[in-house]
Amino acid sequence: MKVSIPQPLLSYTNGVQWVEADGTSLDALLRALDRSYPGIRFRVVDEQDRPRRHIRFFVNREQVDRLDVALAPTDEIHIFQALSGG
Amino acid sequence: MHTATGPVTLFVATKKGLWTLNSDPARERFALSGPEFLGHIINHAVLDPRDDRTLVVAARTGHLGPTIFRSDDRGKRWKEASRPPAFPKAPDGKPALSIDHTFAVVPGHASEPDVWYAGTAPEALFRSEDAGDTWEPVAGFNDSPWAQALPPPGAPGPQPGTPDGDILHSIVIDPRDPAHLYVASSATAGGVFESVDAGGSWQPLNAGCEANFFPDPYPEVGQDPHCLRQNPLTPDVLWQQNHCGIYRLERPSDTWDRIGNNMPEETGDIGFGIGLHPREPDTAWVFPMDGTDVWPRISPSGRPAVYRTRDAGQTWQRCDHGLPREQAWYNVLRQGLAVDAHDPVGVYFGATCGEIWGSLDEALSWSCLASHLPFVLAVEVGELN
Repeated sequence: MKVSIPQPLLSYTNGVQWVEADGTSLDALLRALDRSYPGIRFRVVDEQDRPRRHIRFFVNREQVDRLDVALAPTDEIHIFQALSGG
Repeated sequence: MHTATGPVTLFVATKKGLWTLNSDPARERFALSGPEFLGHIINHAVLDPRDDRTLVVAARTGHLGPTIFRSDDRGKRWKEASRPPAFPKAPDGKPALSIDHTFAVVPGHASEPDVWYAGTAPEALFRSEDAGDTWEPVAGFNDSPWAQALPPPGAPGPQPGTPDGDILHSIVIDPRDPAHLYVASSATAGGVFESVDAGGSWQPLNAGCEANFFPDPYPEVGQDPHCLRQNPLTPDVLWQQNHCGIYRLERPSDTWDRIGNNMPEETGDIGFGIGLHPREPDTAWVFPMDGTDVWPRISPSGRPAVYRTRDAGQTWQRCDHGLPREQAWYNVLRQGLAVDAHDPVGVYFGATCGEIWGSLDEALSWSCLASHLPFVLAVEVGELN
């Protein structure tokens, strides 16, 4: 399935925004992403397997806040970070 | 301790990236380079003095998780740590903590060339045995009563000791013995702690240090040391700049002496960092800040100055020649004061206003080496010998 990588993480994917990864759940997908792009998962999910505070996940353009959300092979995933900062 | 004669590099860690100031051997010119990691919050950048080429950088962005970057060629190429500091997965029912950022990275003992230590927020101690690529928690401290890691600021529950959370900010390794460690934390159960068994167990070392934010101002723990330092020439002497003053401890005593009481009353002895002379064990420098009323935490009266002692804190000398005389309202954070090993010693500080100041005569006179940088979090010296 297609995964959109946010700009701050493009250094992991060599600048490629849309990458392919598979998983039966968001958690599995993120682990698969991490195998392809080592280190990327820890930047968006903490060591307690929680989404980091300013990271947002969307499945087919609907926001989800749990990693155990089931995924289908045709799903489209977006990862965003919050706009706030300073 | 050797006397350096080669070029000096200042590693300037800021809220928006990493800069370096590189000097010629005579330190007559400092050339600014950077940034690396533009946009990243760089908490600390340290060159390993044991090999003069390994750089370890503690970084995060405002939103992404924290990480460590490493270089083994003095910053020409970088790789991210395979496993940055992270808490273990918590069993059900136990507090589930996550590292907000790595605050300090410290090279290990000379006899352990690939060992590094890291202090984090929430306060925890980590050790790497592969030059910073992977990090393991030091359970002896992290599971002790002295590491009551709390939720981040603003989260429900007891609030941490600083606005940035509880921090383990200082790590000192006895040059005689790699198993003899000291750490200092600004935390709810903060203070200075000592281990003689390589971190397996720890004891508080806070007697004599005031904590005037408690009903009992001299508790066993809960003090707020801002910076703990040790001169390798006198490893039984510790210095700390504390929220409540400047202190010095000569082991085997376990009671700190508030040498800051000898600072001028109008200046006080509140500050963040402390720097030590590499060859004169009784010489140290501090950058006082205003700790009156609502704690502005900036240069007292808008007149920044470094103070120097040459007699172990019995007397202090104001050193401000070349620094602004008025309307200069900034601060130097706990890792913002650095010292080189030249003769005479160079003293440097990075300020919250984005300026880097340097003195080549042991703080007697100052010049501005760089300005318009982002908020400076830390300055460290690297020397090519």
